[in-house]
Amino acid sequence: MFYLSVLHAFLYFIPVLLAVAFLTLTERKIIGYVQLRKGPNVVGPYGLLQPIADGVKLFIKEPIKPASSNPWVFFFAPMLALILAFLLWMPVPIMDAFIELNFAVLFVLAISSLSVYSIMASGWSSNSKYALLGALRAVAQMVSYEVSLGLIILSLVCLVGGFNLSQFSCAQEDTVLLLSCWPLGIMWFVSTVAETNRSPFDLTEGESELVSGFNVEYSGGPFALFFLAEYANILFMNALSVVLFLSAHFTLLDMSFKVGILAGLYVWFRASYPRFRYDQLMHLAWKSFLPMSLGLLMLNFSLPLIFSGVGGNM
Amino acid sequence: MLSLSYLVGIASALVFLLLLVGLGLPSIYPDNEKLSAYECGFDPMGSARLPFSLRFFLVAILFLLFDLEIALILPYPMGLLYSNHIFFNYWLVMLLIIVLTFGLMYEWLKGGLEWME
Repeated sequence: MFYLSVLHAFLYFIPVLLAVAFLTLTERKIIGYVQLRKGPNVVGPYGLLQPIADGVKLFIKEPIKPASSNPWVFFFAPMLALILAFLLWMPVPIMDAFIELNFAVLFVLAISSLSVYSIMASGWSSNSKYALLGALRAVAQMVSYEVSLGLIILSLVCLVGGFNLSQFSCAQEDTVLLLSCWPLGIMWFVSTVAETNRSPFDLTEGESELVSGFNVEYSGGPFALFFLAEYANILFMNALSVVLFLSAHFTLLDMSFKVGILAGLYVWFRASYPRFRYDQLMHLAWKSFLPMSLGLLMLNFSLPLIFSGVGGNM
Repeated sequence: MLSLSYLVGIASALVFLLLLVGLGLPSIYPDNEKLSAYECGFDPMGSARLPFSLRFFLVAILFLLFDLEIALILPYPMGLLYSNHIFFNYWLVMLLIIVLTFGLMYEWLKGGLEWME
């Protein structure tokens, strides 16, 4: 029985990796067609086997361990990134959660803030100037947007009345929260884009100045781990947005459709927008999102008390 | 069903396996140029453990303050369900948010949020 549950856990992780693989293919295809070229179309029918070929290539390339790096931290960082990305998927209620946590929102907040450490460790241990600067930028950016993410999630929790993720679907049976809290929804979506270091907020890997950011020194297998973690985080953040704002009921089809649309928006952003300037990025987080989400937090804390005398079916 | 601690172990084992494959499968031919830190065609000049801009440190401090605030407010929604002093809690949390908003205004006026002078 125990072995069966271990197998079950593996069967939960492998589809995440597969989804990540095909998300990269989708991204390259969409960006290809946006730029009026075909994208990958050689390996397999319509290029469908391209992500597998990429994976095999990454894992048989030579992993480089720079002479001046700290080897233990250097290889620990990508491992940490991917482990945390896997763990984030545990409480997501796709039909049923893999693990039903009463305080799933807290779990998600805690684990996603831990992923800052993997970036910090990789940037510092590579002992390269590009990596260090990229890691500094990434950490400052993720940390700033985490504040607004936390405040937005708190307002929602107060409206829903619980930290359980499947409780969000009960609360949204009549109407999705995106309609009643659309300013929160928009801020949340932009913050998730910034939190996952996607363009237009991908200053950490600004190719023109930092080459590749915190993972310049990584190659082969360790780089693949970072890559998988990044895209698993993107998918997870979209799944979380769907749970928080868009979920009437969690059927698998409904959920994957909405997550697909949001991931498509990410790709569209990447194809359309130029990069932000770093000071603009910081101003957006601290001068626009933070005061706004503080105000809305006060509103959403007051609403349940204001309407506490009103009956259920208004 | 497995408990969460088992799953941490299973996820770590899977990722460790992937890393071992990535490190063990390819043949490795290191040489001096390949192993030096990457610096756009130059030989790397000095250590990369440089002092960094104080702005990043300031952002980290600000984050600490606001994250602490979030940690303090987190139990409040549960209090709505289970507490006997709902209105007392409510005013207390409002006071906390207002004080922190004043803190943000102070920081803003003092120029701590300006990235460039």
